Amino acid sequence: MKEAGGLVSAFKGSPLGNRLRRWGVNGRTAVASVPFFWLLLFFLIPFIIVLKISFSQTVIAMPPYEPLLHWVSEKVLDIKLNLGNYAFLIEDNLYWKAYLNSIMVAGISTIICLLIGYPMAYAIARSTPTWRNILLLLVILPFWSSFLLRVYAWIGLLKNNGLINNALIALGLIDQPIQMLQTDFAVYVGIVYSYLPFMILPLYASLEKMDLTLLEAAADLGSRPWEAFLKITLPLSMPGVVAGCLLVFIPAVGEFVIPALLGDPGSLMIGKVLWTEFFNNRDWPVASAVAIALLMFLVIPIMYFQRAQDAESGRGART
Amino acid sequence: MATSPNVPAPEFAPWKDPDAVPYVRIERVTKKFGDFIAVDEVTLDIFKKEIFCLLGASGCGKTTLLRMLAGFERPTAGRIFIDGVDMTAIPPYERPVNMMFQSYALFPHMNVEQNVAFGLKQEKVSRSEITERVSEMLKLVKLDQFSKRRPHQLSGGQRQRVALARSLIKKPKLLLLDEPLAALDKKLREHTQFELINIQESLGVTFIVVTHDQEEAMTLSSRVGVMNHGEIIQVGTPTDIYEYPSSRFVAEFIGSVNMFEGRLIEDEPSYVRIECDDLDVPIFVDHGVSSAPGATIWAAIRPEKISIVRERPESADNWAAATVSDIAYMGDMSVYLLKLASGKILRVTQPNVYRHADDRITWDESVYVQWHASSPVVVTK
Repeated sequence: MKEAGGLVSAFKGSPLGNRLRRWGVNGRTAVASVPFFWLLLFFLIPFIIVLKISFSQTVIAMPPYEPLLHWVSEKVLDIKLNLGNYAFLIEDNLYWKAYLNSIMVAGISTIICLLIGYPMAYAIARSTPTWRNILLLLVILPFWSSFLLRVYAWIGLLKNNGLINNALIALGLIDQPIQMLQTDFAVYVGIVYSYLPFMILPLYASLEKMDLTLLEAAADLGSRPWEAFLKITLPLSMPGVVAGCLLVFIPAVGEFVIPALLGDPGSLMIGKVLWTEFFNNRDWPVASAVAIALLMFLVIPIMYFQRAQDAESGRGART
Repeated sequence: MATSPNVPAPEFAPWKDPDAVPYVRIERVTKKFGDFIAVDEVTLDIFKKEIFCLLGASGCGKTTLLRMLAGFERPTAGRIFIDGVDMTAIPPYERPVNMMFQSYALFPHMNVEQNVAFGLKQEKVSRSEITERVSEMLKLVKLDQFSKRRPHQLSGGQRQRVALARSLIKKPKLLLLDEPLAALDKKLREHTQFELINIQESLGVTFIVVTHDQEEAMTLSSRVGVMNHGEIIQVGTPTDIYEYPSSRFVAEFIGSVNMFEGRLIEDEPSYVRIECDDLDVPIFVDHGVSSAPGATIWAAIRPEKISIVRERPESADNWAAATVSDIAYMGDMSVYLLKLASGKILRVTQPNVYRHADDRITWDESVYVQWHASSPVVVTK
């Protein structure tokens, strides 16, 4: 706390220092307030602006929406809340389909990530310390190049005269190239490839700290290795499973780049719908309503995630 | 070497019965980790209903031996029989053996009841029987009030009893205990020792206990196996180990001892005399010793078997002149560190029989120490 108190203790004894303390400002709050201020400035305020736009009416103007507040005369303030944008989201089943499709794609991708990521995380956590560091580095390595470039690279692999098709034709396994690009398959490949590290890392963290004598105890009490896995390892790694799934699911629902570059242009994903509303239709209020509704869909799993994390850290602190 | 005199036969001593069949038989078992030999050709017989303690400093191989009995390690060579069945290649989940872990290894995501029931659920015992046996077991270890608690909500002593209950629930014939009391504080440890013995006697289980704590080994066990560098150095009852150590290592490892290096000057079947450089008069021992003439031997005398007197003893041997260099008052007894003319420090303990003696021996006083001819133990290695 000594270092953190530097700012305030610099004013110690001075009238300003006393006043800061009277307001409850000390080193701890000063340090903690920086990220809060950051979030206030770059998250909460933009969010309020988007929320405000979602309740306004589209006009052909600059900016392309009507203000909510309007001074009718000097003493009368007219507040016009337009709920039509939300009603439109419910009435037009395009949006419903887009939301459901996005959730389905994100859900299936999350399950695939879990099925691939769990054995990988398990193998890393149980390998020797030297190997562990190398394997973890390999998991993190893709982050050293741009996300966008990596998605572009998949176009080169998946397209009709791309690496995979050319290789299969050269081997004589197929005569005609398989249509892989611009299919749902390519979207799944892209999402699973891009988000797999976010699944592996929290899983690794929870598997690595597990006490292995628990497995010996289970074996001693009559559990075969797979029974011990189901009854001990799997339940104890649940916090990692929940964290990994949310870290994959939440960004995957709103994913725009991967379906736009790899997916079928006709397929509906909510991220793409939002883009179209905003840039092509210039309907900022509906685009904002789409964004707010998407946020509401995602807040629920985030809250669950927070609760699961609290429960875990509470247990960790006491054992 | 010392030969033990005739002691009245204790009521439980199957190792003295030539017809008794050992329950656990460890046959020339060796375990290597790379080049390191953790257990070196150990052969050991353990009988039914024994509490057998494997005693040794950390790294002596005692835990490795225990883990081989549990099935967590495969011997590099040798075989292990439990109840006549070769267990060498049997995995832990198929052995009729349970283990209590040093860390207790309680499942953190299960409450006390679920932890204890785990072994029975694996055996597919009926639900009603599980409930009955678990509550019975929790009563035995006095934890019936805590059945719904998670391990992190329990004290160290309570966790220890959950671990014990969990390892006993399957009614194993053989229970392996790895430092069962190491994590408890001193008062609780003493109390738990007696509880362990009571439970062992009431259930008739054979215990093999690994410990580095000699006091624990002495109070708990029917027999002790002293280990060093992967080898069993001596096996015997606590009394045997303490009063008749077979080597300098055992004499010095168990309790404290005053060791005199010397040579035999008289070697008769019924007595020996030993000349020591540290002593002016020889050591007289009232029993025979088997040793090569002229070889270096050692006489070990326990601190409590030496007495301190002010007058010069009349006898021609078994005494020495000394000055008091330090006194430690321990309550029940006092420890005196006495310096001989040669510079050797002797450790002598005297019980504090009187609450306030006027004439206590004090610092820097010149005194004489003496001991009975039956006190020294002569060891040749």
